Amino acid sequence: MAEKNVETTGLLGWVDRRFPLTSMFKEHMSEYYAPKNFNFWYFFGSLALLVLVIQIVTGIFLVMNYKPDARFAFESVEYIMREVPGGWFIRYMHSTGASMFFVVVYLHMLRGLFYGSYRKPRELVWIFGVAIFLSLMGEAFFGYLLPWGQMSYWGAQVIVNLFSAIPFIGPELSLWIRGDYVVSDATLNRFFAFHVIAIPLVLIGLVVAHIIALHEVGSNNPDGVEIKQGPKDKYGRPVDGIPFHPYYSVHDVVGVAGFLIVFAAIIFFGPEMGGYFLEYNNFIPADPLKTPPHIAPVWYFTPFYTMLRATTSDFTWVLAAAALIAAVAMFIKGRLPGIWRLVVPVILLAVAVLLKVFDAKFWGVVSMGGAVVILFFLPWLDHSPVKSIRYRPNWHKVLYAIFIIDFLILGWLGTQPVSPAYTVMGQIGTVIYLAFFLLMPVWSRLGTFKPVPDRVTFRAH
Amino acid sequence: MIKKLLGALALSLTCVMALAAEGGAHLDRAPDRINDLAALQNGAKIFVNYCLNCHSANSMRYNKLTDLGLTEDEIKKNLLFTADKVGALMTIAMTPEDGKKWFGAAPPDLSVIARAKSTTMGPSGVDYIYTYLRTFYRDASKKTGWNNLTFPSVAMPNVLWELEGPRSMTRVSVHEVTTDDGSTHWARTTETFDQDGFSKVETEDLKDYHGAASEKTTFATPDPKRFSAFESDVADLSNFLGWMAEPDQLLRKQIGVWVLLFLFFFLFVAIRMNASYWKHVR
Repeated sequence: MAEKNVETTGLLGWVDRRFPLTSMFKEHMSEYYAPKNFNFWYFFGSLALLVLVIQIVTGIFLVMNYKPDARFAFESVEYIMREVPGGWFIRYMHSTGASMFFVVVYLHMLRGLFYGSYRKPRELVWIFGVAIFLSLMGEAFFGYLLPWGQMSYWGAQVIVNLFSAIPFIGPELSLWIRGDYVVSDATLNRFFAFHVIAIPLVLIGLVVAHIIALHEVGSNNPDGVEIKQGPKDKYGRPVDGIPFHPYYSVHDVVGVAGFLIVFAAIIFFGPEMGGYFLEYNNFIPADPLKTPPHIAPVWYFTPFYTMLRATTSDFTWVLAAAALIAAVAMFIKGRLPGIWRLVVPVILLAVAVLLKVFDAKFWGVVSMGGAVVILFFLPWLDHSPVKSIRYRPNWHKVLYAIFIIDFLILGWLGTQPVSPAYTVMGQIGTVIYLAFFLLMPVWSRLGTFKPVPDRVTFRAH
Repeated sequence: MIKKLLGALALSLTCVMALAAEGGAHLDRAPDRINDLAALQNGAKIFVNYCLNCHSANSMRYNKLTDLGLTEDEIKKNLLFTADKVGALMTIAMTPEDGKKWFGAAPPDLSVIARAKSTTMGPSGVDYIYTYLRTFYRDASKKTGWNNLTFPSVAMPNVLWELEGPRSMTRVSVHEVTTDDGSTHWARTTETFDQDGFSKVETEDLKDYHGAASEKTTFATPDPKRFSAFESDVADLSNFLGWMAEPDQLLRKQIGVWVLLFLFFFLFVAIRMNASYWKHVR
């Protein structure tokens, strides 16, 4: 059989005749044209990939020394910290990496929100991204049980118990997840399997899909202008684009250096981060007979944890009223096509009724889960005529600021013990969070938008 | 625009931090002796002599004490009571079951106790231990004859009492009293625990008092010199426990300086490299 004709020679030519190495490199690196006006916010995608690699590599070395056994797990972590050469460094990289993963991913998502990176044609890029975020939450949750400290144990206990709030199948479901009546060795072993094999596989697959989808449609930019629709040079390359390699690869190295400075500063000088990255109570071995007075999840889960705790039986009245108003509004003024104009209000009515039928705990789980799931629908919730925040009315920017502050306050509340005042604050915060997204179809199209330029704004360095 | 948003973000973050810094029980700050090898060696000696009978440190090996400047021979001669090999772990003969039977609660393993007792954004576990060990008082109503201000009704007796010397305690609290007819007035209660742990309570009504509730506890010792030596020993012991919770922490910080120096150099090179590539991009 004749060999394929390739431009490369030597060893690379030999490979290229058998494997599309050069063409893949060109497609994704040297001939992938990215807009040349990326700013600071565009570091976080490549940084998320860096942290993923750090987590996988350090994870491999941790697994070599960790014992997934309720009798030895806690001490095996201390064994890594004290007796494995460089073990403390590997472990701190992994524990700090977990928190930094969320820092980087939250900022990456915020960037998408600012510049409308989820809008057509990038819906799938965004959906894969939210799926990555969801898997990451699962990965972090399963991993947190492994040190087998008090917070590991009781955090898992609380979260698995949530499933028992699901009507009809709940109690059996949570029993099935745990593999025991309480969190135990069986739970530890299956969580270990999920943390080390199952979720990482899913995560890597989703990351590949995320990047392939991105390279199919091309990167967005701070102006929200499509460079593919702008002027092109004689080879058909967008004039506002620039090859990813070497321009953005060297650019991202700057981001990597800056990130590593922060990362190393935490690892070497404050790996507990004041008790937020490594919770102090988790240095007490798990004790199934001793419930800690205050169970707080790690900081990256706390905004969602607050929404869970905020959903009391009083609060379901508020949610039911909101569903009712939404049903009426949708029926009278909704712009849904055909049959949906009837179906959606009916569903909302049913939800309003069920809010008072099922236990508030269940709806807590729903609002917590819904707060993440709602992100999947963002491409269809945003109806603004422009993509980027730069060309939105000023009061839209105020809404974004309120949303960010709300998210931070929800996060802080989640670290605190319950109190009546905090519960009310959490409820207000939950309403703001949900309203920001659910009312987006209405508010995002209102106001005076600024004219969007034809070309990206770029100032030569 | 983004800058404004970032500003708002930073502002709200500082508010959150300021809120988070509030609260938490009052703990004395322990003197920082984490870099003082002589103090840590003294702490190790006190730990092995006084603590390592009921408490274990199962993750700690005796020969790790060489990091504090001790030789293996010194460890073998002076500190090796419960084991016969210098590479052995600091285990104890008493089982947790026996501990529970004898004290009411099994004495916890102390390997990482200083980290476990730290507070989020608050006092460190070293501060906790330093305060806890200095707030024991004689209380004849307790089974062990001891009680503790930081950990009320603790199962542990004051094992360092010989170092501490006799002490009496006076607690004065000003509080509101509700009488049977529903009216309220202020009162001052003075509770004294003498050197043998017998308590005396006196309450007097306060007229025309317009302040807030308060509580103040004072200790009196007939031998202040002995007591200050004891406080210094407790500081050494607390710092040792802080060191033992993470023996490689000194090394970690030393390496960290070099890593950061390298990374700043790397950042500089990266910025220069990036600038030279982007120079011609128009």
